[in-house]
This record gives sequence, structure tokens and C-alpha cells, in this order.
Amino acid sequence: MEWEVVIGLETHTQLQTVSKIFSGASVKYGAEPNTQACEVSLALPGVLPVLNKQAVHCAIKFGLAINAEIAPRSVFARKNYFYPDLPKGYQISQFELPVVGKGTITIQVPAAGKQAAYEKVVNITRAHLEEDAGKSVHGAVEGMSGIDLNRAGTPLLEIVTEPDMRSAAEAVAYAKKLHELVQWIGICDGNMQEGSFRCDVNVSVRPKGSDKLGTRREIKNLNSFKFMTQAIEYEARWQIETLEDGGKIQQATVLFNPETGETRAMRSKEEANDYRYFPDPDLLPLVITEQDKAHVQADMPELPAAMKARLEAKFGLSSYDASSLTASRELADYFMVAVDAGAEPKQTANWVMGSLSAKLNSEDKYLSSSPISAQQLAQLLKRISDATISNNAAKQVFEAMWLGEGEVDSIIAAKGLKQESDNGAIEAIIDEVLAANAAMVDEFKAGKEKAFNALVGQAMKASKGKANPAQVNDILKKKLQA
Amino acid sequence: MANNELTNGSLKSYAQLLHSKQISSLELTQAFLQRINQYNPSINAFIALDEDKTLAQARAADARIAIGSAAPLTGIPIAQKDIFCAKGWPTTCGSRMLANFVAPYDAHVISQFDAAGAVNLGKTNMDEFAMGSSNETSYFGGVKNPWSYDRVPGGSSGGSAAAVAARLCAAATGTDTGGSIRQPASLCGFTGLKPTYGVVSRFGMIAFASSLDQAGPMAKSAEDCALMMNVMAGFDERDSTSLDRAKEDYCRDLAKPLAGLKIGLPKEFFAEGLSAEVGQVIENAITEYKKLGAEIVNISLPNTGLSIPVYYVLAPAEASSNLSRYDGVRYGHRAAEYTDLMDMYSKSRAEGFGDEVKRRILIGTYVLSAGYYDAYYLKAQQIRRLIAQDFVEAFKQCDVIMGPAAPSTAFKAGEKVDDPVAMYLQDIYTISTNLAGLPGMSVPAGFAPNQDGPVLPVGLQIIGNYFDEARMLNVAHQYQKVTDWHSLAPNLPEGKA
Amino acid sequence: MALSIEDIKKVAHLARIEINENDANATLNKLSGILALIEQMQAVDTRGIVPMSHAQDLSQRLRDDVVSKTNLRDEFQKNAPILGNGSQQPALAGGLYLVPKVIE
Repeated sequence: MEWEVVIGLETHTQLQTVSKIFSGASVKYGAEPNTQACEVSLALPGVLPVLNKQAVHCAIKFGLAINAEIAPRSVFARKNYFYPDLPKGYQISQFELPVVGKGTITIQVPAAGKQAAYEKVVNITRAHLEEDAGKSVHGAVEGMSGIDLNRAGTPLLEIVTEPDMRSAAEAVAYAKKLHELVQWIGICDGNMQEGSFRCDVNVSVRPKGSDKLGTRREIKNLNSFKFMTQAIEYEARWQIETLEDGGKIQQATVLFNPETGETRAMRSKEEANDYRYFPDPDLLPLVITEQDKAHVQADMPELPAAMKARLEAKFGLSSYDASSLTASRELADYFMVAVDAGAEPKQTANWVMGSLSAKLNSEDKYLSSSPISAQQLAQLLKRISDATISNNAAKQVFEAMWLGEGEVDSIIAAKGLKQESDNGAIEAIIDEVLAANAAMVDEFKAGKEKAFNALVGQAMKASKGKANPAQVNDILKKKLQA
Repeated sequence: MANNELTNGSLKSYAQLLHSKQISSLELTQAFLQRINQYNPSINAFIALDEDKTLAQARAADARIAIGSAAPLTGIPIAQKDIFCAKGWPTTCGSRMLANFVAPYDAHVISQFDAAGAVNLGKTNMDEFAMGSSNETSYFGGVKNPWSYDRVPGGSSGGSAAAVAARLCAAATGTDTGGSIRQPASLCGFTGLKPTYGVVSRFGMIAFASSLDQAGPMAKSAEDCALMMNVMAGFDERDSTSLDRAKEDYCRDLAKPLAGLKIGLPKEFFAEGLSAEVGQVIENAITEYKKLGAEIVNISLPNTGLSIPVYYVLAPAEASSNLSRYDGVRYGHRAAEYTDLMDMYSKSRAEGFGDEVKRRILIGTYVLSAGYYDAYYLKAQQIRRLIAQDFVEAFKQCDVIMGPAAPSTAFKAGEKVDDPVAMYLQDIYTISTNLAGLPGMSVPAGFAPNQDGPVLPVGLQIIGNYFDEARMLNVAHQYQKVTDWHSLAPNLPEGKA
Repeated sequence: MALSIEDIKKVAHLARIEINENDANATLNKLSGILALIEQMQAVDTRGIVPMSHAQDLSQRLRDDVVSKTNLRDEFQKNAPILGNGSQQPALAGGLYLVPKVIE
């Protein structure tokens, strides 16, 4: 039987605020245990929540970015369950009335094997505001867990998709797109190691052609795209094998073990949960007006799709280049800074997507830690455009800058890479070359085009590579035709 | 001045004595502490006293008076219900769960009194987590009604009630979720006000049912309550349900005459269930109001009977969630022996909570659980709106509503402990105002004889429209100018020498 | 709806309150009485009535995103419970609150 994998994602994005969603405690990562756990974070008797404006701002921003309905009135509810990292015994979340309703995200699924690259629209069911839980730390004391509530109350936007994805590749393409988008609009730092962007993946399988959903298992807390691929592929294979062996899938929450590459059901979630949701009496309905939305819209950066279209129209970039450059806000910003500093756009695109990307990849570096700034790159490209250096020389300068040897012009000077663009000087060199290579001149005159290139090569050699190749071409042509 | 006289004064009289330096706050405070030492061992109104802290506040108040920057309540000793977190004070909410909890921060109400220069006399006994109408659910034991030691003081603010009635404090704070200020005020014969929901910040006040809880004053007179309100009321950005309104002077209308006042009498408040003796006292009070020029309007609050069922869905539901934080992880009671996490939770909570609290947690958990939510919780919220609408209709016909605050006078300790439903019916006349969010007060209106015992106080309930506290206080004050029920204090049996 | 002893046990488990057989029976009696009181609501037709969650029909106020809290860990941890199981020490280690091992 042929099987179809059905995948939906729930992503917890930590919103970019300095304080918690319901209190003034810091959300800074990496503090000593419980030093950022204020009386509200600890759920001391008598404390009350007050909603963080910036968290709401982030939620509206996301809603606008995916063209979603933004609820004029949404409600915070209590999700009741006992867990040591949940100090109140309930999580404040949104249940029946979330702040963001239905929206869409278009994903680009890369080519793989015979399958060409394609685009797909993923439907977003909802996104809601909620608070994060604390952390359980194991191993500090034998047989005990330690509870750190620094993270408790950190603002999250949980983004839920429809079960629209049909492969690990689609799920990862969605996760990457979402990861880029939330960083692009500045609502999440995207740091997956620190848990700022965590995905729960619901996986089920069904016979191809069936329109009934199979029983799903939820893979919790995937914090890398590589693990996501591995986990989904393992899980789908496991489900298919289980069904083919005549077994049944039980709804479950599972964890992925990166060491074994396997998923296993969580023990603590075995019992059926009854969360007893009800509207939180300590919080009033969140009302968002058209004016609030307009206010956030004014703060919204140009979105990737709009920017891509603009780069194509304004700078004549190819769809591929424009799409690559707008894959992340950082890359797009880098490109724009270079162009604004006077670099030629197409050339900038080539260098950013070419030498720079290759170098970053080979050294496993992020653009943010590139040794060459956008201004420096622009300066380098301007030196090509104004004929100070050749393309080849530019590559040497690039390497030198990467190693921190200095600024563009000082490197050009130090390495003596300045092009010879003085007509007189070049003419003198060419005259010498022509005199010394009479045989080649004769060959050229006899119709051998290759001889011309050889003469150019000789002239460049004689100039020690510094002569402007375009000028060498022109002058040589004139002299040979004379 | 004799100690007895001193502890029987009004807040205004204390302010005059203090400001004119006829007495010091230290002297006044010591007078109350002495009386507490004498009578509290038998009454059990206070469950935390700290003379050093209290006297330090009194000295600070004297210093403030000396430099002429005193406020009306500066130097006056106030008893605080043990539901309010007060930094450095044990704050137990009447529960074994919090028996060792020392609050590391101040409730808004506490900081308001501190800022006013009032002296914190101590923390008063209460029904555990404010769940009860007799103060018998307290882990720290029951409280005696000063009018008759075999009787309960009412609840849940039973300690504050007994302290005010027995003149162990100048005034006290209470909280009222379903009648916990007004019913004890009625049973102990003093004046208590539950303000409009949102007028007093709930920050630092240990939650029972968040959408109903409201703090208010418990004092000897309406005028004293007004002075207390001037300190307690006000916007607090730490409570999302605190109302951002201009500060008001609750004394401003006290002197207004009542001619033309329209008093609504809901027929449901005078129906079956009300003891005849209490009904008679209320009628007498109404007659007094007529003499003051008020006009009587017969009204109906048709959904009154539903207020108890609705309350016993909503309050336990909210409470079941509010009390989930008491899990023995970060503070509070943890079982001495446990095998694993589940065992630690279940044992700590079984040991830390008393029976009534556990009952309400179980009821609340049940009505919120899957499959029952719509039939119970949602339904109760819908009827809550009907109950609130009854009042909207009523206030189209009258200015204030009057009736009894409790269906009977103080009952005997132990009488209703084993019958929760009978206990719940104590709040039949008070609960609907909490559900609507309206202000209500209880004013001493006389005494009723009992078949089986002493003559006991009866409270007249005054319910006002939203934010009409100043008017209600005016209505009560005018009555207190022509009657002396509020100034009568019980003769206490000889206490500790 | 009549309550059963199983309902009591299930709800006690959800609420994390240990309950023995005797207590469960006594609790069943009392809760049944309370539930009978609550059942009076079912006689009311509430179709179309908007549920009332709050006393006032207002919207949530928002606070500015500023860090206003400082580290008061030592102060707060003075209230830490006693570890138990033979230890009289507070249930703390290295600033963490100690609980029996959390199994995922």
C-alpha cells in the first residue's frame, strides 16, 4: 500500500521583550537559577498578572505579516495541570478566542532528487499568546529534580498550522520559512539553541487517497531543522511499519532522541489530560482596535515577498537572486546597506550570493559574524567599478579583508594591486609587447583570432597584472588595425 | 481616660486626640494591645501579633505627627485580616498550608495603610482561604462571637469581626467574596462595607474567587468606614481588574439629608428562610428611614434564589484553580514523607487543606472538567448575568436597596459544621451583590431575641449601585445619627487579668 | 447528575488531593448535597445569554515592557518547604527548588 504522511506544526516562538508577559521580571537568557523569578513568576499567594504591551504588539505584527484575522476581542484562559515547572498549577494561555486567527504562509520546498523545487501555501489555524513554563534540571541532587523558574512567564506566541504538510521536507521548509519570518518582523530572535523557537510536530499517516486523518502522535520540542527531518522520517516510517504489521497507532506525545535517531512516548503524559480551561478571572478581554493595528502596521518592515518584487523591479535582479537575498532579514539588510553605500546592485548580489556566502559556509559562520561588513564590501565593489582594481585583484583584497588585514584601499596599496589605467603607460607596454612578439602579430594578421588573446595575456603579464584589461583590449585592437 | 473608653472611640476622635497630642499613638496602640492580651486568649480573633513591629509603627506615627505631616489615620491601630500579605508578617489565610509562610511583600491594601501611617495591630483569624460563614474552618481554631461566646462571629472575616465588636482594634479590614464582610458585621453588630468590585486592589490579597473577591472596611460606624475607604480604595496598576478612577473622598456626602431617598425592598429578601425576629428588626429600621424622609419602593430581584447555586459553581471553580499553586514546591506545606512527585502533591495538599477547602476544590474541579463545563460553569456565568440584570432593573426604581444581611442572628458553634448546604444559605442575601459586582454594606439595626439564648445583633443590608459607596455611607451615617445600635459594645466576660 | 465514588476519585486525582476510601464516601455524601443545590440552575432557560466572566465590562490594560523586578531569590527562598523524607533541610540546592525526580 502507498502511504501519505500528514504533518501539522505547533511552534512556540519566544517574543522579543525585555520583561515577562505578566510581570516585570527580566527574560534574559542564562541567569543563575531563580534569580529572575519574581513573586509573580513564583506564584506567591496574592500575586496578579498584568499583560505586557510589547507581547501584544508582537502578536499583532505576526497576524498582519501572514494576512490573518486579528481578533478585536480575545480572551486569556487558564489551562490547569500540575507540574513542578508550572508554579500556578495553570498556564495562562488563550483557548477559545485566540488573538490571531486564520492566515497563510507560502513556503518554498527545495528540489530533491527528481522532484523539482516548488511553492506551497500552508494554512495557519491560529496563533495565541501564552506564558512559558520554567525548567526542570536533573542531576543536581540524586533522585531529585531542581526547579528553575527564570523562564516561567516568558512570553510566547504559539503558531498552529493546519495538517497541510505531506513530507519532512515540507515541514522543514515551513519551519524555516516561519523561522525567517518571525526574525524578519523582529518578534523573535530565532535562537533555537536557547529555545526561542521550538517546534512540536504532529505526524500521522494514512493510505494515499484517503481523506480521513490517521491517529497522530506529537513529537515535542524539536529545536533543530536537522532533528526535525530525522524525527519526522523516523516517526512516519515507524507508524507505517506499525500499521503494516497490523498494529494500531495510539495518540501520544513523543520525544526525539538525537543520539539514537528514534522517537519514544513520554511517560508523564500517559494519563488523559483534562485541562479544565476557563477564562482567567484575573485578566480582562484583550481588545485590539483598527487604530492599534494601524499603529503596528506603521512599525512593520517591508515583508520578504514585497522586497523580492522590489529588488527585481528596481535593480533588475533575477527572481532567483531576489528570492535568495530575501531569505533572511539579515541578508537583505546586508545587501541593501552595500547598495546604499554605492555598490552596483547586480554585482553586489553576485558577490553576496557568491564569494561571501561561500566563505561563510566554508567557515560555518553566520552573516552577523562576517569579518567583512556591508560597507567594506561596497567599498571593494566600488573599486572594481571605478577601475581601481580588476576582478581578480578584488578577490585578493576580499581574502585579505576576511583575514582582517585592513581596509580596501590600504590593502590595494599594500599589495600593489592598483590597476594601470594611464593610456600612455599602457600604450608603451603594448608597443614593447608588439615589438617583442612579431610572430604573434603576423599570426593575428593572418586571421588567427587566438593570437589576439595571447597578446593581451603578454601585455597583462608585462604590466604585472595591473593594466586595466579593457583598456589593454581597446589599445591593442587599435594598434593592430592601424 | 479609662482604657475601655479609649478603645471605644471613633476614628475621628482618635485623630483629634492624636493630632492635638492629648495621646500618643504609642499609648493608643498599647491600650489596644493590652485589651488584646486580656481578651484574645478566649476570643481568638488575632492569630498573629508582633508587639515590636506594631510599637515601632506607633513610634514612627508619633514622629510623623510631631512634624505635622499626619494623615487622618496616622497612628491609629488597625487589625488586618490574615488574607493580606504583609511583609515580614506570617500570612496564613487561616490554613495549615501557609502556617509557616512569612509574606515577602506587601499587599496593596497593606501599603496603603502604611503610607497613611496607620499601625498594624496584627493579623486576624479567618475561615481557611476565606471559605466559610462561621470562622470554623480556620486551621487556627474558631473565633468567639463577643456578644455570646457560644456563638460564631460569622465568616469568613470572623477574626476581624470579633476584633471590631470586642473593641480589640480601632477598625479592621476584611474581604467579601459572598458576604464575608457583611454577614459577620451583621452577626457581631458593627458596620462593614464591601465596595464595588475593582475599587480596592486585590494585589497581595490571597485569592479565593478572583472575579468576586473584594476587600473592604469593618468598623464601628459608617463614618469610620468612610475614613477607611479613603485609605483602601484607589487604582493599582498591579491588578488588571483594578478600576482606573479618580480618587474620591468617601466622607463627602455623609451629612446629606435623606429626604426623597428611594429605598427598594426586594420581596425575595423577606420571603421564607428569614427568621421572624430578624425580619422585625429590619422593618423597624425601615420605619426609621421613613421618618428620615425616605420613600419605600417594593421591588423584585427574581433571580435571588439562584445566586447560591451560581455562586457554588463559580467560586469553587475559580478557587480550584487559584489554590493549585499550593503544591509544596516553593513554599507552604510539604508532606514529611512521600514516594514520588504525585505522592508529594497529593499528600501535601491533603494534609495542608482542611475539609471545606478540599470540598470546594473538588466541586470546582468537577464543574470545570471535560463534559460538565457547559452544564455548570457556562450556565452559571449566564445566570450570573441574569442576576446582575435584576439589579440594573431595580436601580431604575430606587436609589438603594435594603434588606437583611443574614437570615438569622449568630448561630451556635458547631451547629452547621456538618451541613455545608445549611452553612451556604447564610449568604443568601449577600451573594448576589458579589455576582453583580455591586457594593453592599451591613449596618447594626438592633437586636433580636432567640428562643434558645441571648439577644443578638442584627444587621441591615444596604446595597447601592456601582460606585455609590459615598451615598450608601451617607444613608448609613444618617441612620446612625438617629440610632445608637452601632455604638453598643458587648460586655465581655472577665478576660485574662 | 448523580455523583459516583469513581467521580470523586477521578476529581481528587485531577486536583492532586489524596483521598482514602472512607473519606471518599463521606465526601461523596457532602458533594452530592452541594451538587443537588447547584442543579437548581438547570431549570433556567439561558439560551442566548452572554456569559458574565467579570463584574465590569472592561478591557485589559497593558503594561509597558520594562524590567521592574530585581533578584529577591534569597528573600523568597526563606519560605521554601522542608525537604522531608528524613531531611529537615529546606528543599533547595544551588538556588533550585527540589522535588522528586520529574520523569518525562
